[in-house]
Amino acid sequence: MKGMLRLAYKLLVNDKAKFTALLVGITFAVFLMTFITSMFMGVLNHASATVVNIGASMWVMDPSVQAITSSIGMPDYVLDGVRSMQGVAYAVPLYSGGALVKLPDGTYQAVSVVGLDDTSLFGRPRLIEGKIENIYAENGFIVVADADYSKLENPKIGSEFELNDHRGVIVGIAKVTASSLFGLPTLYTTYYRAVQYIPNPRYTISYVLVQPRSLSDVPRIKQQVAALGYLAVTRDEFIRKNAVFYVFQTGGGTNILIMTLISFIVGLSISGQTFYTFILENLERFGALKAIGTKSRELVGMILFQASFTALTGYGLGVGLCTLVVYLAKLRLASYAAMITYPSLLVSLVLVVIIAAVSSYVGVRRVLQIEPFDIFRG
Amino acid sequence: MSRLAIEASGLDKWFGEGEAKTVALRHVDLEAGFGEMVYIVGPSGSGKTTLLSVLSGILKPNSGSVSVEGIDIWSLDADELADFRLNKIGFVFQDYHLFPRLNTAENAAIPLILKKRDWDESIEEATKYLDIVGLKGRADLPPMKLSGGEQQRVAIARAMVGQPDILIMDEPTASLDGDTGHAIVKFVHDNVLNPERCIIVVTHDSRIYEFATRILKMEDGRIIGTVSDVGAMARN
Repeated sequence: MKGMLRLAYKLLVNDKAKFTALLVGITFAVFLMTFITSMFMGVLNHASATVVNIGASMWVMDPSVQAITSSIGMPDYVLDGVRSMQGVAYAVPLYSGGALVKLPDGTYQAVSVVGLDDTSLFGRPRLIEGKIENIYAENGFIVVADADYSKLENPKIGSEFELNDHRGVIVGIAKVTASSLFGLPTLYTTYYRAVQYIPNPRYTISYVLVQPRSLSDVPRIKQQVAALGYLAVTRDEFIRKNAVFYVFQTGGGTNILIMTLISFIVGLSISGQTFYTFILENLERFGALKAIGTKSRELVGMILFQASFTALTGYGLGVGLCTLVVYLAKLRLASYAAMITYPSLLVSLVLVVIIAAVSSYVGVRRVLQIEPFDIFRG
Repeated sequence: MSRLAIEASGLDKWFGEGEAKTVALRHVDLEAGFGEMVYIVGPSGSGKTTLLSVLSGILKPNSGSVSVEGIDIWSLDADELADFRLNKIGFVFQDYHLFPRLNTAENAAIPLILKKRDWDESIEEATKYLDIVGLKGRADLPPMKLSGGEQQRVAIARAMVGQPDILIMDEPTASLDGDTGHAIVKFVHDNVLNPERCIIVVTHDSRIYEFATRILKMEDGRIIGTVSDVGAMARN
């Protein structure tokens, strides 16, 4: 079979025009499919930034919450109730909201504010400058040095700003795992200061962060929280909930699906048509090969090899091109969201395999249909 | 006649059914021996190509049998039949059917590659046959760079490279001018035909009759006559 495959390879690559057209079609389709899904994966990753950065095992929230950014305040008794539940090691409040910051130059900038439990500072970020205890200092805030940091005019320790007519002072600069989706700078402070500085409705606890005693306590905690009329989810469930919201509620998922399908159809059309033309042009020769003594399965093997080789080469080029574009984009835009993940690579691979399968199926059908007698008959 | 290479008896072949039925072969009997170059001649539609296809294991007859070197080829299954064609028969097609994207040597080496011989060894062997058919130094050229006569020589090299016992040639001079066609068939007669090989040629071209051992005349699906005195026929 080795010689047959080499024959198939030469027939394919020596037809430079068709091979190039096939590669361009598949590369372009793979690039688009990978790029679109990577962009969406990046968006989803950033959408759950707070969940990832805080790192709590369980989150308690109002059942109507659809995503981390749309928190609904809960009364204090929820925190007390959760703390008294069986299986809970500890529970702390978290404030998550938005505010407008007035910068020294007089301009305003929207920010995300995270209020950490005053006692434990659970979910605190890793500081690269300053000391965490300074968060207790008067008007103390920690700023996250991410892609949106410059929007606050690159504050340093001691920099001041105004938040709802309250003075704020930067006491630390932090790094976090993921930056936020909406391109807003993030400020950390204590829970108490957050609810004091930012105008709020009656109930102020955005989330209750829970540490279960053991994994086996998770279902029991969920039941008890549900009995209280609230919802408890694990970290992964909350990330999934965010993803589901952005995929199904915002139209983003549908748009991504449509774009991916269009890329798939473009790739399928170009490569399917070109491959079919390639087979048609060589049909009589395949018939001659049959007459000489090639078995049908050997011809099928040759065509499958040609389709697979083209598809996998195009896949490699497409993924490479996508990686290059994302890399270059990230050099220019630090907050660029696209993220090439294994699932997006897998989606592209599966789709490109389908393109190869459909293209080769059409070719195989024609080759199997041709009778060697037709070659004699002309 | 010398030792039998092909023995066909009672061959019937028709296409379609009912009013659309076309009878291509009507109870054809044929024998061809090793060392013979048998021509099948006749007008278009007389059944020559159908007979050639049936004899070479490409087209199954509706009735009758074909025995090649004592093997009833139509009792073989599809894979066995493909192996039979690969190992026993060399084909020279009317339109050559060379792969334009392969070079001359690779085209000629195809039967050896199909026999799963090592690639380089196959190319080396095919190059030797190209030398034999007069294409020395042309192994690396694509077929499109060769003249019609040279392409036919490549097709002959491809048919010979597997050293088949039987060579099937379908209208070998149809795409060639008179002199080239004559030279090609003369080459086959002088260099390819030997006591261990049988050559069956379908042709319209009376200018090459002189090389035939025997000529079978076909008409309306039947063999209507055999000319053994080919010299006289060629003169006429």
